[in-house]
Amino acid sequence: MSETAIITENLTRRFGDFTAVDQLSFEVKRGEIFGFLGANGAGKTTAMKMLTGLLSPTSGRAEVSGLDVYTQAEAIKKRIGYMSQKFSLYDDLTVDENIRFYGGIYGLYGSGLQQKSQQLVESVGLEDVRNAKVASLPLGWKQKLAFSISILHDPAIVFLDEPTGGVDPVTRRQFWEKMYEVSGRGITVFVTTHYMDEAEYCDRVSIMVDGRIDALDTPDGLKRAYEAASIEDVFIRLARSAKRGDE
Amino acid sequence: MRTFRGFVVKEFRQIVRDTRTLVVLFGMPVIMMVLFGFAIRNEVNNVQVAVLDLAKDAATQSIIQKLGASESFELAGTLESYDEVEQLFREGDIKEVVVFEAGFSEKLIRDGVANIQIITDATDPNLANLVQAYTTSIVQDYTASLNSPAQGQPAGIQPVVRMMYNPELRSVNLFVPGLIAVILMLISALMTSISITREKEMGNMEILLVSPLKPHHIIIGKVLPYLVLSVINVITILILAKFVFQVPFEGSYLFFFLEATLFILTALSLGVFISSIANNQQTAMMISLAGLLLPTVLLSGFIFPVSSMPQPLQLLSHTIPAKWFLIIVRDIMLKGSGLNYLWFETLILSLITLFFMGVSLKKFKVRLQ
Amino acid sequence: MRTIQFLLQKEFLQIFRNRAMLPILFVMPVVQLLVLSFAATYELREVKYALVDMDQSDISRQLNSKFQATGYFVLEAETFSMDQAVRELDKGNVKMVMQIPEGLQDDLVNGSSVDIQLSIDAVDGSTAGLIQSYGVSIIRDFNREKGMELRMRSSGQNVELAKVINLIPLNWYNPDLNYITYMVPGILVVLVSMIGLFLSGMNIVREREIGTIEQLNVTPIRRYQFIAGKLVPFWIIGMFDLAVGLLLARYGFHIPFLGSLVTIFVVAGIYLVVVQALGLLISTVTHTQQQAMFIAWFIMVVFILMGGLFTPIESMPGWAQELTLANPVAYFIKIMRMVLLKGAGWQEIWLMASVLSGMGALLLAVSVNRYRKTTH
Repeated sequence: MSETAIITENLTRRFGDFTAVDQLSFEVKRGEIFGFLGANGAGKTTAMKMLTGLLSPTSGRAEVSGLDVYTQAEAIKKRIGYMSQKFSLYDDLTVDENIRFYGGIYGLYGSGLQQKSQQLVESVGLEDVRNAKVASLPLGWKQKLAFSISILHDPAIVFLDEPTGGVDPVTRRQFWEKMYEVSGRGITVFVTTHYMDEAEYCDRVSIMVDGRIDALDTPDGLKRAYEAASIEDVFIRLARSAKRGDE
Repeated sequence: MRTFRGFVVKEFRQIVRDTRTLVVLFGMPVIMMVLFGFAIRNEVNNVQVAVLDLAKDAATQSIIQKLGASESFELAGTLESYDEVEQLFREGDIKEVVVFEAGFSEKLIRDGVANIQIITDATDPNLANLVQAYTTSIVQDYTASLNSPAQGQPAGIQPVVRMMYNPELRSVNLFVPGLIAVILMLISALMTSISITREKEMGNMEILLVSPLKPHHIIIGKVLPYLVLSVINVITILILAKFVFQVPFEGSYLFFFLEATLFILTALSLGVFISSIANNQQTAMMISLAGLLLPTVLLSGFIFPVSSMPQPLQLLSHTIPAKWFLIIVRDIMLKGSGLNYLWFETLILSLITLFFMGVSLKKFKVRLQ
Repeated sequence: MRTIQFLLQKEFLQIFRNRAMLPILFVMPVVQLLVLSFAATYELREVKYALVDMDQSDISRQLNSKFQATGYFVLEAETFSMDQAVRELDKGNVKMVMQIPEGLQDDLVNGSSVDIQLSIDAVDGSTAGLIQSYGVSIIRDFNREKGMELRMRSSGQNVELAKVINLIPLNWYNPDLNYITYMVPGILVVLVSMIGLFLSGMNIVREREIGTIEQLNVTPIRRYQFIAGKLVPFWIIGMFDLAVGLLLARYGFHIPFLGSLVTIFVVAGIYLVVVQALGLLISTVTHTQQQAMFIAWFIMVVFILMGGLFTPIESMPGWAQELTLANPVAYFIKIMRMVLLKGAGWQEIWLMASVLSGMGALLLAVSVNRYRKTTH
């Protein structure tokens, strides 16, 4: 496997007259935690959808795990994991049933699935609620579960769309610890977030404004370049000049 | 007041933007009118009949000719033997076989009596009945002409039939009122209930409830657009009925619209009620469909006469608002009746409306507590 | 294949856990069957009528008795004022007014003709037609018996007997003209259609609305697997409901089952796929459950009305009958009736069954094609 997990070149997506993602060019290294930041409406989710094969680009090139997003979208799906903003677990199914279902979809079954499922449940501390319906779990647990399911099949890259939205700081911390652990195993983590403090945890961070990447570097590099004390300040400085997003 | 107006405007916008639903909402009455006006009928036209003529004489020929000349029938074939009947019926196109016994004319002259067998495919009993009745009528005409060729006027009692209110027996006159009721139920009850439960499902209801809008404001705001849509639909149906299908309108337009508005309110209150007991759209939809729409179509007298139903179902039909509305509309349109004849039905509809409005309002208030 | 297994497992779990759904899937069809079967009839039970008898003679009273003796006609009001009688008609208290003129008996005796007027409430044309044919029949019969009797008695001579043609009705397949026998097969079709059309497609739209579909689109799941996972559970449920319905029809309603049940189930299986594929197609063009349901409902109503369930296809004008050729509901209703009630077999229905299969294949192909995991 190459050292580059994701590479894009002038990746663009237009909806009619509106250019949501404008000539995106960047690389994500294997095993790194890549923070994909941006204001609402900047184009983050659209970009992520193109990389996960949910949306096809209007123009430009992109390769995920060495596979082309235009022609090999289905093959890419075998190699990636995804946690959507809405956590997409089935509320009326139990923890165990959700794991079994998604595991099965990715080709895990039998004793292999059972073993992995046991490991997963223990690692997120959900053994006691295995047979509880997901609807009954508190938000933080649901999100932990969703994340674990997204890496159940040992993907090369995992895409996380606002995984810590609405969750308390303690759980957020735990979540990031898991992400470090996962990254340590060689899985590339591509995460979008609103929480600027979380940006500090990433290996590298990019900031999107109006469909383009206006900044891309390590957190320290960004703070130095913009003479800011925190990523938040960097973000505010860049976002101020934005034309799109919340008024 | 301004918040309320803003809310109502938003509701209208949401509906207008949903082009797919709008197309169906406006297209549906038109298409249904066309269907009921032209296609859905109980009139008998061009029914295929076959003849097994074992006599092949002058009398049978005359009768066969009369049958063929009638608009109701189309002579589709002649059989040679009784055995062919079964296969013919099984193939499904022929609905009646008329069998003349051997020596028909002779028997008539000699004995004064001759027999014709009318074999009908009675899988559809109504059609069979009608076909038999028409055939009988044609043969009776022939018999009458046999018995008094010179006098012209046969002796004795002549039944003279006067068809009241709907002399041409047009099915469309029967169906149009029912159509109005069904469409109003669909829009005012079904759509409303789904619209309100959608807010609940998406979680917006709580937001609305903590806003300065009072609960009855919310309900009125949600319901207003569908009221407007309903009225537009009623007008559309009426215009089509009157000008395209010549459905009579004997009574007062004003009275009709008042009653129609009452029924719309009934339907709306039912829609609101359903939304107060359903938690998500699917449930609301199923309850509306199974509990409201289906009974309206089947038990209200829309297509099948209430008087034909067994007693328990007749009792059940009393609980269906559309049944009362149908009586009202049919009487206004075809008989020209006024409030003096229809006060009872109007009262019942009003009571039903008030009841459901009251219950729904109470349920909404309870939610706030 | 395993993937489909997992999908089916999930779907069935969800279906059976959905408290609100269960009664709809299993109870509602039965209730519908029961209510519909009894409600959907044009049978004349009773005809209330008003009598205006200006003759008040033996003959007029005998005629009135004859009407009442049939069991259909019920004397509701008697008056000397025609206006009042018509008012009863206006109010809806009676369906018919019979007016017997003064001098009926005398006219009958001396052989002149006399009119008896039947004013019938014709709002419901079908019922009115039946009332007319019964009423006219009774009067004509009466005329024949009494008229001749009277004339012979009074004039003392032999009057030439009028010629009579006897009409012997024979009702095949349904000798009692039982409405239920006719309606139930068609109603079973409606039941199966509702489940097929609404549930699968609605389910997909619901997943789209909630967002779980996105999670599935990102997995390596293939289109056909996803769709099979959505269709198969409801196909099974639909067939199950049909079986229950058939049981009820046979043992509850005593509908004759002349033909082969195997044939029925095979055709039903094909039909369900057609209807489900239609629901699927609708789900690919709608965004919300409300839209999907509304459009599906509309299509279903049109198909059912045009399918010959409530009113015969033979009554439709030419162009409408042509349209029926594209209506899967019409085919299935016809097949059901032919097989169950007349004992038709593959020889008679193979063409219709093939058309259904063709429809199913086409609809499935189009909707699978339209369903995209990647938006373009």
